[in-house]
Amino acid sequence: MTVVLETKGLTKSFGGLVAVDDVSFQLHKGELLALIGPNGAGKSTCFNMLMGQLKPTAGEVFLQGENVTGLTPRRIWRKGVGRTFQITSTYASMTVIENVQMALLSHNGEVFRFLSFAHKRYREEAMALLDMVGMAEQAERHCAVLAYGDLKRMELAIALAHDPALLLMDEPTAGMAPKERVALMQLTSDIVADRGVSVLFTEHDMDVVFSHAHRIMVLNRGALIAEGTAADIRNSELVQEVYLGGGTLFSAEEDAHA
Amino acid sequence: MELFVAQIITGLANASSLFLVACGLSLIFGVTRIVNFAHGSLYMLGAYIGYSLMQVLPGAFGFWGAILLAGIAVGLVGVLVEMLVLRPVYRAPELFQLVATFGVILVVQDLALIIWGPEDLLGPRAPGLRGVYRIMGEPIPKYDIVLLLITPFIALALWYLIARTRLGVLVRAATQDREMVGALGVNQAWLFTGVFALGSALAGLGGALQLPKGGADLLMDFNILAPVFVVVVIGGMGSLPGAYLAAIIISVLNVFGVTYLPQSTLVLMFVVMIVVLMIRPYGLFGREEVAGEHGQVGEPELPIKPASPNVRMIVAAGLIILALLPLYGSSFSQVLATDILIFCLFAASLHFLLGLGGLVSFGHAAYYGGGAYVAALLVTHADSPMELAFLLAPLGAGLAALAIGWVCLRLTGVYFAMLTLAFAQLLWSLVFQWGDVTGGDDGLVNLWPADWLNDTTVYFYFTLLFAVGGILMLRHVAHSPFGYALRAARDSQRQAESTGIDTRRVQLLAFGFAGLMGGLAGALFVFSKGSVFPNELEIARSFDALIVVFLGGVKTLAGGVVGGAFFKGVEDILTRFEYWRLVMGFLIIFVVILAPEGIAGSMRKLVRRLQSSKTGGSQ
Repeated sequence: MTVVLETKGLTKSFGGLVAVDDVSFQLHKGELLALIGPNGAGKSTCFNMLMGQLKPTAGEVFLQGENVTGLTPRRIWRKGVGRTFQITSTYASMTVIENVQMALLSHNGEVFRFLSFAHKRYREEAMALLDMVGMAEQAERHCAVLAYGDLKRMELAIALAHDPALLLMDEPTAGMAPKERVALMQLTSDIVADRGVSVLFTEHDMDVVFSHAHRIMVLNRGALIAEGTAADIRNSELVQEVYLGGGTLFSAEEDAHA
Repeated sequence: MELFVAQIITGLANASSLFLVACGLSLIFGVTRIVNFAHGSLYMLGAYIGYSLMQVLPGAFGFWGAILLAGIAVGLVGVLVEMLVLRPVYRAPELFQLVATFGVILVVQDLALIIWGPEDLLGPRAPGLRGVYRIMGEPIPKYDIVLLLITPFIALALWYLIARTRLGVLVRAATQDREMVGALGVNQAWLFTGVFALGSALAGLGGALQLPKGGADLLMDFNILAPVFVVVVIGGMGSLPGAYLAAIIISVLNVFGVTYLPQSTLVLMFVVMIVVLMIRPYGLFGREEVAGEHGQVGEPELPIKPASPNVRMIVAAGLIILALLPLYGSSFSQVLATDILIFCLFAASLHFLLGLGGLVSFGHAAYYGGGAYVAALLVTHADSPMELAFLLAPLGAGLAALAIGWVCLRLTGVYFAMLTLAFAQLLWSLVFQWGDVTGGDDGLVNLWPADWLNDTTVYFYFTLLFAVGGILMLRHVAHSPFGYALRAARDSQRQAESTGIDTRRVQLLAFGFAGLMGGLAGALFVFSKGSVFPNELEIARSFDALIVVFLGGVKTLAGGVVGGAFFKGVEDILTRFEYWRLVMGFLIIFVVILAPEGIAGSMRKLVRRLQSSKTGGSQ
């Protein structure tokens, strides 16, 4: 299996606090890998280092074998990484299709063109992308009036615009209604299957994680503590302890009563 | 050594008024997020009211009582301004309020002219403090010493108010997060009014306190504005200790500048500001503005589209009518049309930055006046033919814009705006004080166009060609991939950066392009008038463009042009009357309140509403 993304000893400390501690993992082609963990576990820090928003204190990130540690978000995007944000980040003054066209313009190196009409460029490609995420009929709508779930789908279309090998999704279903969550993750896993894209995502909704992820990693206090299939993770005592607490307090109380 | 000490004391005394005015402005900005351009006017009112009161109130008690009463009176004026002018527009788009405050400046200017007349008033000496003290042999006016001693007490009282009282807690909380304060049940409307009153009272107090040193005149409002902004920005917006320290730095520096480098006094202040902001981008005691912290108020901007065939027909018809002007219009009307066209191009170039880029430049006159001066200097000193100077002027302005933009784009929001203002002022002071080259206050004259252009009608066509061409070019670029990238960088820098768009480069280039177009307008201007003076570079010129863009409509592509044409036209009619500023000021305030989306924006809304009512409201 080809390795698309690999980290080696990824570490980030803010002053004395080690937010991410020696994290190493591999993501294979066509894989849907979930990164879960309680609040403050270091998921977002980890993500930001992969995407270039933060520079790691130590460790390296490899994209298809190439060392991309410390590159800017722009450069990493150019190397074939798409991303969606926890809180959608879109161009509110444009239509849905123009949002996607903007990414296509950038991908084709046309940002500094002054003569052509932007809204006429790459319309078909943009429409195809919108069609894929089920947004084709809303293409001409003003993006500021869209429902949140639709914005998320539009963002997915943007992230796929440059045909990335890797998709990073930071809490893709955050802020969505339960029904929409299932639909969005189904859509994502279909795309993974169709296009052979690899996806790394963080998520708080365990239903989403267990029903769609091929493999799950658990992060706690900056360190990877478990990794495996849904069943492995579900049955891991360590994970249960992290999420539910060890129950040590209650058992101590029971001992005392006894 | 003796002189040195004396100068420091003078500087500290001068810092007193500056500090009072600046901390008022800082307070108002911190809580209401309004950049109050009218603050200089409140200062001026304080001086005038204080003067009048001193005429009636006798003795030392009367003198100090008059100062106090002047502060209170100006505080009440502040309440009026806040309630009548600003309250209706708090929900308008960001920075729109500053246009309203500019209207207030004009109104106050004429009111002061009507009440107190055009002559400068010499401030009365403080009773019992007429002489000088000798400190190390140097004479120091007694009043300076008193000022020097009072200021720390006022600062301390303010500090107590802000740090120790309930009102102070509310003010500080609102400075950090005013939505949260509102959510906790504090009546924001009264908090805003209260803070505005306090800030105004401080400005009034500052104006009255400096009477024995400077008197009162009608230029005080703009003269104090630049140093006050510099002080507030250097100290950090919203910080009182910062304002105090910065006021001292600027005042002391100014006193030394007058002694050792008299040609550079004006420049010095802005150089200091630029240096401070390069090292500490949010001022000495300022706090970083978190992006999007204040939210985008108002409706989201609509997607843009190239004009429909109908609109194009209308515009083409309008242009033809304009082009036929020499057939039916007088020579004067051609001159007026030339002026309006030039101003429209200038406004459109600012609109490109402000509307599409979200880059609020407070110093756009730098490129307009810059272009004008490049052309003028080339003709005067290099004997360059007019055509060559005309071509090089926009280039020079564009290059200047690139350089200035490169520095300014490190900052965001209000600090960005202030830094652009600082650079414009820097250019202005250079031109103003470097008399050998630029002619200083006397300007440069005898700059007529080439022979083939030296005719009102021909020059009108020349202007029509370049101004309309420039405006169309700006408009076309808005629809090009570059224009879209500029909007993308404004709407969501995060998304743009993570889809491979180098937003800073895009913005920098936009800055250069807007500067180029501003410079073109300046070059057209210089040869239409045959002369150029430093006031083409001054703050008021930058504000003209800002106001026009806001009133035309920031969020509509045609905003700059519509606003430019409307206001230049109105101004031309109004300036024939004596108190035209009063009318213009009220007109501006009126438009701000009635049409917060600008003229073009409100027209568009009206058209839409008519359309939807025609179709039976089917949408």
